[in-house]
Amino acid sequence: MAYEVVIGLEVHTELKTQSKIFCGCSTKFGAEQNTNVCPVCLGLPGVLPVFNAKVLEFAVRTGLALNCEILPFSKFDRKNYYYPDLPKNFQTSQYDLPIAVNGYLDIEVNGKTRRIGITRVHMEEDAGKLVHAGTINKSDYALVDYNRTGVPLLEIVSEPDLRSPEEAKAYLEKIKAILQYVDVSDCKMEEGSLRCDANISLRPEGQTKFGTKSEIKNLNSFKAVQKGLEYEVYRQTEILEEGGRVIQETRSWDDGRGVTLSMRNKEQAEDYRYFPEPDLVPIVVDPDWVEEVRKNLPELPDARKARLMKDYGLSDYDAGSITASRAMAEYYDVAVASGAEAKAAANWLMGEVSRLLNNSGQLIETCPVTPEKLAGLISLLDKGTITNKIAKTVLENMWSSGKDADTVVKEEGLVQISNEGEIVAIVERILAANPQSVADFKAGKERAIGFLVGQVMKETKGRANPEVVNKLLKEHM
Amino acid sequence: MKITRKDVETVAFLSRLAMDEAEMDKFTGQLNAILEYVDMLNKVDTEGVEPTDHILNLKNVMRADEAKPSLARELALKNAPEQEDGYFKVPKILEG
Repeated sequence: MAYEVVIGLEVHTELKTQSKIFCGCSTKFGAEQNTNVCPVCLGLPGVLPVFNAKVLEFAVRTGLALNCEILPFSKFDRKNYYYPDLPKNFQTSQYDLPIAVNGYLDIEVNGKTRRIGITRVHMEEDAGKLVHAGTINKSDYALVDYNRTGVPLLEIVSEPDLRSPEEAKAYLEKIKAILQYVDVSDCKMEEGSLRCDANISLRPEGQTKFGTKSEIKNLNSFKAVQKGLEYEVYRQTEILEEGGRVIQETRSWDDGRGVTLSMRNKEQAEDYRYFPEPDLVPIVVDPDWVEEVRKNLPELPDARKARLMKDYGLSDYDAGSITASRAMAEYYDVAVASGAEAKAAANWLMGEVSRLLNNSGQLIETCPVTPEKLAGLISLLDKGTITNKIAKTVLENMWSSGKDADTVVKEEGLVQISNEGEIVAIVERILAANPQSVADFKAGKERAIGFLVGQVMKETKGRANPEVVNKLLKEHM
Repeated sequence: MKITRKDVETVAFLSRLAMDEAEMDKFTGQLNAILEYVDMLNKVDTEGVEPTDHILNLKNVMRADEAKPSLARELALKNAPEQEDGYFKVPKILEG
């Protein structure tokens, strides 16, 4: 039987505020254990939380960017459960009146655009971190670091609108791009500032009723989201094919083994006994302020992509890749504003620059070659001062030396040789040394000339103008 | 609404409260008495009355996003029953 996959994602993102959501402790990542804690975030008796205004601004900005409706009246609630990473024994979150509801975003998979509903965006506090001595099952104690407790989080819940692991990955990538564009989170999955849980179920094609879902935790990279869900599709299909029944449970993705493992059975519905947080007063947002935030939203990924396609004639793929990260899109815009030809700038950014970034494990944010300098390189290429091949060498040199293209070309003597007089002597020497290739060419083997061009280029260390070389070779054979 | 013994058991479990059989019976009765009393409120006509979301007539109490010094770690850990390497040490975690 053919099954339809139904996926909904819960994305948690840490907001990049200076201080925690309900106290003044720093949110800085990587501090020594239990040094960013105070009586409020440790949940000591008698303390009172005070809400961080920046969190509200970030939440509204995110809600608007995700096409949500901002609720004029919102409040915090207590979600009660016992786990040592939660010193208060409840998490301050939002239950029935979250800050933003009913949004959507568009994703594109295999050239098809699909609109994915966003149920809600709510504000809450992060929990602490457990450090286990040995594995979770074997150790007889655990160690707790509460630095992360109280770091502001947004939880973004999608509708069960995703229909494949690939779509889930595309959705998460889009969420990340939007969060970076509106500048509310670093979205570093490796540091846990962007995390993802998934609900996934299968149902026979054509059936409207949802099947029994499992919740997958620990999907901590884009690859893990796709792989983990692919595994789960396989696992649930196997069960259903054998006439079995999927049980509702929480499973954890084990990246090393490539499987999901059962964590806890959810047959007994969770009961968090939510109730309104008496220590925090309601949030009433002024519609005029919401409109002001909306007006000040930056250009978002879809709009930016459309602009690059329209204004610069970039392909859907190139425009999509460049705008997938705000930093990349900004780098591109600065390069073009500094005089780089638009398509050449896209090619260099997607090609050589990305290659060097990958090789050195760097992000575009820390690219040693500034967009202005890349524009300088491209213009030397445009003017014919250097050849395409030399340009790659120049870029590598700029990368390590920090110099601009002009300086590198002058210092290294890499100016293109277009002067026929300078090239002709070399051409004659190469022709004399390769009689077989000359004979092949004359016998109609067009390709033989490629070898000869290569020899001239080798002799000139790539500096000869390839068109001139071609022309001279043909003239002198 | 009637509280059953099963409800008391569930709530006790969720709250990690241990109680014996006699206590279960006692609390079932007491909780029912409380609920019956509070049930009087259901007889009040609340048509057109806004729900009370908070007992204080306040809204939007917020602070600016400024990091302040935290507690010294020795102080933070001072009342912990057990600690190790600057961490709070807690018993083995069992998934419920």
